[in-house]
Amino acid sequence: MTTTSEPKTTDKRTNTLVSSDKAGAAVDRGFAALAKFAGIFILIILAFVALFLSWNSGGALYQEDEGLIIGRFLNYAWPFALGTVVVAVLALVMSAPVAIGVALYISHYAPPRASKTIGYIIDLLAAIPSVVYGAWGMFVLAPAMVPLYRWLNQWLYTWPQENLGFGIPLFAGSPGLGQNIFTASVVLAVMVLPIISSVCREIFIQTPKLHEEAALALGATRWEMIKMAVFPFARAGVISGIMLGLGRALGETMAVVMVVSGLGFQWSIISAGNSTIPREIALNFGETAPNSERWHQLIALGLVLFIITLIVNMIARWIVSRHKEFSGAN
Amino acid sequence: MSKSITAKDLNVYYGDFLAVEGVNVEIAARSVTAFIGPSGCGKTTFLRTLNRMHEVLPGARVEGQLLLDQDDIYGPGVDPVTVRAMVGMVFQRPNPFPTMSIRENVLAGYKLNGARLSRSQSDDIAESALRGANLWEEVKDRLDQPGSGLSGGQQQRLCIARTIAVKPDVILMDEPCSALDPISTLAIEDLIAELKEQFTVVIVTHNMQQAARVSEKTAFFNIAGTGKPGKLIEYDDTATIFNNPSNEQTERYVSGKFG
Repeated sequence: MTTTSEPKTTDKRTNTLVSSDKAGAAVDRGFAALAKFAGIFILIILAFVALFLSWNSGGALYQEDEGLIIGRFLNYAWPFALGTVVVAVLALVMSAPVAIGVALYISHYAPPRASKTIGYIIDLLAAIPSVVYGAWGMFVLAPAMVPLYRWLNQWLYTWPQENLGFGIPLFAGSPGLGQNIFTASVVLAVMVLPIISSVCREIFIQTPKLHEEAALALGATRWEMIKMAVFPFARAGVISGIMLGLGRALGETMAVVMVVSGLGFQWSIISAGNSTIPREIALNFGETAPNSERWHQLIALGLVLFIITLIVNMIARWIVSRHKEFSGAN
Repeated sequence: MSKSITAKDLNVYYGDFLAVEGVNVEIAARSVTAFIGPSGCGKTTFLRTLNRMHEVLPGARVEGQLLLDQDDIYGPGVDPVTVRAMVGMVFQRPNPFPTMSIRENVLAGYKLNGARLSRSQSDDIAESALRGANLWEEVKDRLDQPGSGLSGGQQQRLCIARTIAVKPDVILMDEPCSALDPISTLAIEDLIAELKEQFTVVIVTHNMQQAARVSEKTAFFNIAGTGKPGKLIEYDDTATIFNNPSNEQTERYVSGKFG
């Protein structure tokens, strides 16, 4: 340090508190600028994606010779939007409880060594390419699911149809080869499992020991302690984990393309048919001429998916913030 | 309801490491007993064996006998959950459940027992527990506010209310005032004097004046060196420990010559 406390003989005394570490301050400012740029950059990319989608969707809603054709587009789009949401929600319903269970086992039940191995294996699931999942779903899972579909069809559709006059349309029709959206959602459930479970595991592990011990000291069993201390603490994290999984399930393309043999929309989830937005875009985008109405329709479909994702995220935010006062942040 | 505690040749291990060795102690019902000693001497470890809380660490085990009245806490077939319901604990730092309101915090122990309480019953329990913890007047208008919004001292009294709500036989306190200011500390100490009318209270403290103020009996723990087990050096009436200890180590510690 060059600062000295000796009195200066010159009139202009220099303030010894003025930092001499110019380089350090510059690095600090540089890093702040870099972080700021990274934050803004993400917003810019997002804005460009939104702009691209909105701009190019126009042709699906308005053509010069026909005027507004919103009705035609909605007619075309809604089965895909519905299919996407149904597949993703089914996948989450199947995968979230299992993922939370796995995460709890790793964080609070398994002996330390076993929990590391299991965690590693679960994380490995995330590394398998979706093509492989698709192939597995198509050749292994779909045929294996057919007996279940036959049973569902028999007891939830055919039998009530004959005896009560009304069968549940979700289970109508012949299962065929089992290549339907239910099989696709099972494949997706396996694919999103590692995402949800690793987020949950991280957050479960972070539960303050203090709160866990408070519950145990009141005479809580391990499960009661988890309900009292772990779940309330982890609630927001679990919801974000599920949302990450949902994002993956909504956008997954390859596995769905391979597993579902789409034959147009129908109410049944166990017979061939139905499709999702990513599947429709992936199968058709390469074969449409740019700037044709079909091309615009596919991009508008992409916009619809974008909006669905936004809405889902907003709902998740709302759920997380609802009990802010009781979140433990204060 | 209040029970005595008797330890006979109690050894506490963490894995192969002997943490506390050969403790013999008899704690009478409806009394306040203080554990004092330097850091790492095993007083907190021993306190946590009294309600089997040390078992949350893997590899922790106990040799010897520990009796709650006549029942062996470590007897075969004894569930730690049962022990903890009878031997409550207050921790070093206040730890109300952050997602629960003040009321829910007090009733948390009841919820565990699966007791179905009517609104008026649970109101009564919450009120008497909060009164018992000298907190009622301060929080009666905001029972549905989160417990984490209270001051540190109030939070600690809320934790005491939560503990006494389930009517345990023994209350263990692990340095309950170490995170609190002097005024809050005084409130807790006054409370301890009232609690001993109904409960057996065991308190670990680093503050020797506090031990002298609140307790009837005092146990002094010490450790010969790092890696050596902690031992109970002397256990006697508090007045004797502070004024006329029979052991030289105790004398040196209470007179401030070390520790």
